[in-house]
Amino acid sequence: MSQAFRVDGGLLDRNRPLGFRFNGKRLRGYSGDTLASALLANGVRLVGRSFKYHRPRGIFSAGPEEPNALVTVGRGAEAEPNTSATVTELFDGLEARSQNHRGPLGFDLMAVNDLIAPFLGPGFYYKTFMWPRAAWERVYEPLIRRAAGLGALSGQADPGLYDKGYRHCDVLVIGAGPAGLAAALAAGQAGASVILADEDFRPGGRLLAQRQEIDGQAGAGWAQAAWDELSGFDNVRLMLRTTVFGVYDHGICGALERTAPGSGRDKPRQILWRLYARRTVLCAGATERPLVFPGNDRPGVMLAGAVQAYASRWAVAAGRRVAVLANHDDATGLAEDLRSQGMEVARVIAAHAGQGIRATHGRKSLRAITQHDGRRIDCDCLAVSGGWSPNLQLTCHHDGRPQWREELQAFVPGPNLPPGMSVAGAANGSFGLKDCLAQGHAAGRAAAEAAGFKPTTATHAAPNSHDVPSPIWAAEPADGRAFVDLQNDVTAKDITLAHREGFSAIEHLKRYTTLGMATDQGKTSNLLGLALLSQLTGRTIPETGTTRARPPYTPVSIGAFAGRERGRGFQPTRLTPAHDWAAQRGASFVESGLWLRARWFPLPGESGWRDSVDREVRQTRSAVGICDVSTLGKIDIRGRDATEFVNFVYCNGFAKLPVGKVRYGLMLREDGLAMDDGTCARLAENHYVMTTTTANAVAVFRHLEFVRQCLKPHWDVHLVPETDGWAQFAVAGPRARDLIARLVDAPFDMSNDAFPFMACAEVTIGGSHARLFRISFSGELAYEIAVPARFGNSLAEILMEAGQDLGVVPYGIEALDVMRLEKGHPSGNELNGQTGAAQLGMASMASLKKDYVGRGRLGVSHVDGARDVRLVGVRPVNLRDPLFSGAHILAPGAKSSLENDQGWMSSVCFSPHLGHHVGLAFVRDGTDRLGERLRAVDLVRGTDIDIELVSAQFFDPEGVRLRV
Amino acid sequence: MLIPHPTLGPRDAEEFIYMGDARLLERPDGEAEGANAAFADYLYLRDNPAGRHRELWYHQDGDQSWLVVTRDTRTHEIVEVVLAREVALTAGAPA
Repeated sequence: MSQAFRVDGGLLDRNRPLGFRFNGKRLRGYSGDTLASALLANGVRLVGRSFKYHRPRGIFSAGPEEPNALVTVGRGAEAEPNTSATVTELFDGLEARSQNHRGPLGFDLMAVNDLIAPFLGPGFYYKTFMWPRAAWERVYEPLIRRAAGLGALSGQADPGLYDKGYRHCDVLVIGAGPAGLAAALAAGQAGASVILADEDFRPGGRLLAQRQEIDGQAGAGWAQAAWDELSGFDNVRLMLRTTVFGVYDHGICGALERTAPGSGRDKPRQILWRLYARRTVLCAGATERPLVFPGNDRPGVMLAGAVQAYASRWAVAAGRRVAVLANHDDATGLAEDLRSQGMEVARVIAAHAGQGIRATHGRKSLRAITQHDGRRIDCDCLAVSGGWSPNLQLTCHHDGRPQWREELQAFVPGPNLPPGMSVAGAANGSFGLKDCLAQGHAAGRAAAEAAGFKPTTATHAAPNSHDVPSPIWAAEPADGRAFVDLQNDVTAKDITLAHREGFSAIEHLKRYTTLGMATDQGKTSNLLGLALLSQLTGRTIPETGTTRARPPYTPVSIGAFAGRERGRGFQPTRLTPAHDWAAQRGASFVESGLWLRARWFPLPGESGWRDSVDREVRQTRSAVGICDVSTLGKIDIRGRDATEFVNFVYCNGFAKLPVGKVRYGLMLREDGLAMDDGTCARLAENHYVMTTTTANAVAVFRHLEFVRQCLKPHWDVHLVPETDGWAQFAVAGPRARDLIARLVDAPFDMSNDAFPFMACAEVTIGGSHARLFRISFSGELAYEIAVPARFGNSLAEILMEAGQDLGVVPYGIEALDVMRLEKGHPSGNELNGQTGAAQLGMASMASLKKDYVGRGRLGVSHVDGARDVRLVGVRPVNLRDPLFSGAHILAPGAKSSLENDQGWMSSVCFSPHLGHHVGLAFVRDGTDRLGERLRAVDLVRGTDIDIELVSAQFFDPEGVRLRV
Repeated sequence: MLIPHPTLGPRDAEEFIYMGDARLLERPDGEAEGANAAFADYLYLRDNPAGRHRELWYHQDGDQSWLVVTRDTRTHEIVEVVLAREVALTAGAPA
């Protein structure tokens, strides 16, 4: 019979029946069900197998504290393991599977673990499975790993959409139970902007589970009316299905919102919210704790409040014949509630009156219990209550410690709350309904007042009864398999064992037994474990203390933290202004930081990248080539003190640089090591344009601003980052002047006398503002031409068209790198944070006649093993051998060791000009050892190549071509 | 964390780059006698207090101002935020 355990009433929409599947079986429920309530309605008691011992387990609770009913929802790439059935909103077509069993759920082959339980106590892997040693990594550990666990990921990319959002408010109210609703009403009515968030898909909290009246109205009805009133306020934002999982600094909270099922695939399934609140009111309610007794983990043993919730809210009889075990008198009211819903209550066992449970019976489903006096009671559900613990985890996220209240037998929030937070209701240790409403109201008022608003007063009529539980945690005797942490299979005996072995501090107990370390974070077990430990050690509960609560309060999927920052969205892609032109020419692109840069431009018939790069180099050196260098940083420097400024940030002299000239600059860090290099052009008396490497553009600008604002605030100098503002092309080769002359508007004298090597000028191209720099990274006669970025693409096209009869070729950064290497120019590989001016062969550039960044530690600061290295050129002895960057330099016959390490190869390439590989290397005293034969040893690639140290000037060492 | 920018109001800390101890504002003279030792001190020695700490933050994703923030390293309470330029000017850097 369908839904055999469904009773009358409940907060369901019976006009919207839903179909779902559990382990392949088709079942039915209603809109308003959770997966757990629908399973119970259909009489499904067995929902999983426990973590270690693979014991049959059933639904234990009705909330996020659920330790047992973890299922995998969805299939294929959408499968989400370890989903609590108790908080999963039922939707039509939901598919769920149980976890952690080999073979069917009802006949788990791994249940054999339960039989060898004595060998699987806490820390067992330190005491067993020790011999032989080799077997641990290859045999035991993989077996153990496979034998225990929760669900499994699909291994496929998560197809879900996730998003992130930011919201601001005066008052954030966490929890929409009676206290939270009262707080939100008070603050909202006062005019404060309010966000009210609840993890559930209905407001009301415990009002939905218990039958209490507020102002003469049924609690659930009152909650809905309050919610409706709040939704009418413009200044109140309501967020259901939203768990506030962490409290961060300065009133910032992290929250996870789950979208209602059936919202459509184009909506994000989860949203990670950053909530900025001036005041926060925590009304998170309380979680019930069970008691410890033998056999307390059978399917059918449940939290009493959950049995009540299933009956009241979901119209489900968790059992036909229920027994109740509690250590307080509220159990009587509960029993009446259940009876009124048509359940038979076989017995109420009062642990505070010395009664208890000795054993339970029924392996896959509870059948009976045996009381302390030996009497056997038939029942199919045992509702257990050991009292309630305030949900105060969020109050501890700022290192606050809860305090024990003996008169409540519970921990309540301590005095050190996160700044701006107050607590109200059951979360504050006030369990009476009237108190909850009053406290919530008062807290909402106070928060609104603190935010500068004027609230009014309101009161509610409601019952206020609550019986404090007795300090009884376990039903004696606690032998047999009495479980404390259900999810991690930690028993009372494990706690005794841990204590005996010396793990008696609460944080040690947690880690040694794994109590409280599962996905439920010990919500129903921490206090029990703590209490049992205190009994063993003879310390009081406050003396024993609690473990530290940290965010997140409930699990948050990685997808939510990623939001849209996945795949291409992880980082922005920066395209140069001439990107389209390069793409149309078939360029092969490479990621250079965030940029896409063309590395070569292959032509049909070329068999590989070497063909393309060698061709680009040859043609540039024999005719003319153009290369997009827009990605290099550009910084505009102006002001009366611009010259002083430039002179302070570079180690070499800039004070006498004439207007219309460019100079290479080496920028050091304050510790004397090289930070960056580039060129600096003086366009006017008080106007410089500095270039940086692509990778360091942002960091150098930051550094310059530090100098300007923090070190030299009295200087008149202003900086503008212009990397994105200009498109810049290198034009290099013997015909470079011819090509440039065809572009630059007349009159402009491009002769070698008028515009020599290292000159610069502002020019126009087709009437547009442009800048021309005669600088050369390639060692050829070369220029760099800069135009406003929006003209970058057409500049490339114009250069190609104008240069056609000159034999112009586009070249990418590989060819660029080959040519600079042939000239011995250092680049990113050489400026790696380990090298200073001396190592780079630029010691004479580091001025001793001025103060500048790096002057103070010049020549003194070095990296171990890199002080005496000097940059030199390298060629293989056998000219057909390749070279590898990263190889280390060793003497012939020397053993590969740190002591014998003489340096490293920093850059290599094939030189088309020479017809063999060449490299740059940092070698100990390298410049004094030219001609010496050494070895380049690469232990990663397994190569050992004989090399000779040579001058790094492989091409045109006199620099003749530069100056024609 | 929120940084109350002196001219822009409260901004999320994710807009900033953290540089560390504000003693970096007190740069020694690179040419003076004993500069090596003075700079070693400047670069490498820190008090690292459990309590109020004067430190430098750079508003990279905002107005690119450098700020001197006084923050309690235990509680993250931010006590004071001043433009670093003002601090440096007041300290009277040599011309």
